[in-house]
Amino acid sequence: MTRRVVITGVGAVTPLGVGAEPLIERWCAGESGIADGLGRCREFDPLDFLSKKEVRRSDRFTQMAIAAAEEALGQAGGEGGLPYEPHRVGCVVGTGIGGLPSLEENQRKLIERGEKAVSPLAVPLMMGNAAAAAVAMRHDLHGHAYGVVSACAAGAHAIGDAARIVRAGDADAVVTGGAEAALTGVAIAAFAAMEATSPSGISRPFDARRDGFVMGEGAGILVLEEKQAAEGRGARILGEVLGYGATCDGFHLTAPQPDGTEAARAVRLALDDAGLAAVDVDYVNAHGTSTPLNDRSETVALKAALGERAGDVPVSSTKSAIGHLLGAAGAVEAIATVEALRRRVAPPTVGWEEAEEGLDLDYVPGSAKPIENGDGPLVAISDSFGFGGHNAVLCLGAAT
Amino acid sequence: MPTQVTPESVEQTIYDGLVELGTDRGELSREATLEDLDVDSLDLVELAQIVEDVYGVELRGDDVKEVKTVGEVIDLVVAKAG
Repeated sequence: MTRRVVITGVGAVTPLGVGAEPLIERWCAGESGIADGLGRCREFDPLDFLSKKEVRRSDRFTQMAIAAAEEALGQAGGEGGLPYEPHRVGCVVGTGIGGLPSLEENQRKLIERGEKAVSPLAVPLMMGNAAAAAVAMRHDLHGHAYGVVSACAAGAHAIGDAARIVRAGDADAVVTGGAEAALTGVAIAAFAAMEATSPSGISRPFDARRDGFVMGEGAGILVLEEKQAAEGRGARILGEVLGYGATCDGFHLTAPQPDGTEAARAVRLALDDAGLAAVDVDYVNAHGTSTPLNDRSETVALKAALGERAGDVPVSSTKSAIGHLLGAAGAVEAIATVEALRRRVAPPTVGWEEAEEGLDLDYVPGSAKPIENGDGPLVAISDSFGFGGHNAVLCLGAAT
Repeated sequence: MPTQVTPESVEQTIYDGLVELGTDRGELSREATLEDLDVDSLDLVELAQIVEDVYGVELRGDDVKEVKTVGEVIDLVVAKAG
């Protein structure tokens, strides 16, 4: 009997606020958390979650992961926590870059004051697995625990891997997601140098005027559990990880395959994994970065993967409201997707106005709209693609 | 020019350093143990960096490995710098 994987808790720190609720509510209302061309989490204060000492011992991406995990585990397990043996609970958290602020600060100390000024905390702060380690330590999780690094697909890869770990029977639950806080001088300059980011500072995925992505920061954490165990303990089930597909373009360091062949294959793999067909998809949460290349190749890929269904299903991008959270994007967007399904609403691609030839899907312009499909459980696809040609696609379902 | 080493100035430097590292000032005393203050090996390395900045005294991991209380840290720095 196949083990199924349900979602019993979600937590988020995003430019729309601290919590999964402001993320979905404000996005559905068509609001944007982007200001001055960046998606900063201005409402996040690490001292709301951590002691002064814990703040010193964690980079910002780790702090955000801890805050999001606090919310997700609180929702899943309440005061008592999850009722599983610690060694049966894992922690898999993705990031694109890791603790870049710590790296830059210590590089500055090295140059200005020499080797002896470099902090003994530099390595544990900047390592890409720091968020997974910190969450595992804080919540006494002793199962599979590691970071996932696949650029902007990391959050989705983490969730997909976590679901596989539960499905394989290696854990009863996994705390998983992604975190990123790389709004530093080097990262902003580097993305601008490769002309990936938007000179106008506007995130408008799929719009003819789009000119690049807007960098954001944040974290999204989900609690995944084996379905029967979750039901047995009376947990409130929010949704389900129905399927996962992962492929690689093997094509170019940064550019996606123009025909989206491998992205489309990842979508089909996710559906196959779920035992579903294109006609079963009710909503697509697109990767939709607002770059000229991604939004075109993703549209091509969705048409290839979903066939006629692609024209009927609402497709929207969370990045229109919060920018691109890099390694956190896939996780935050998976949360937004599940919450949208639970509300039976397709949130809008905020700011979409001008169509471009060939980009002719229903990008949900203007405002959120109901997902039409009777009263049954809804199914969505959430795309995540990263530099390096990494494609990770999740097939998510809402609880009935 | 390194700061002049007196037991009082070292105590002040160590107390300020521990507060900077996240310890509550109200919990500090010469008798307080590093364990009770949750001061671990990473904190001690950072504290040694502060001491070196202020007094020009180098403390290695081996120097502090037997130290149990805040007072012993202060005495060690005074002895090394004296």
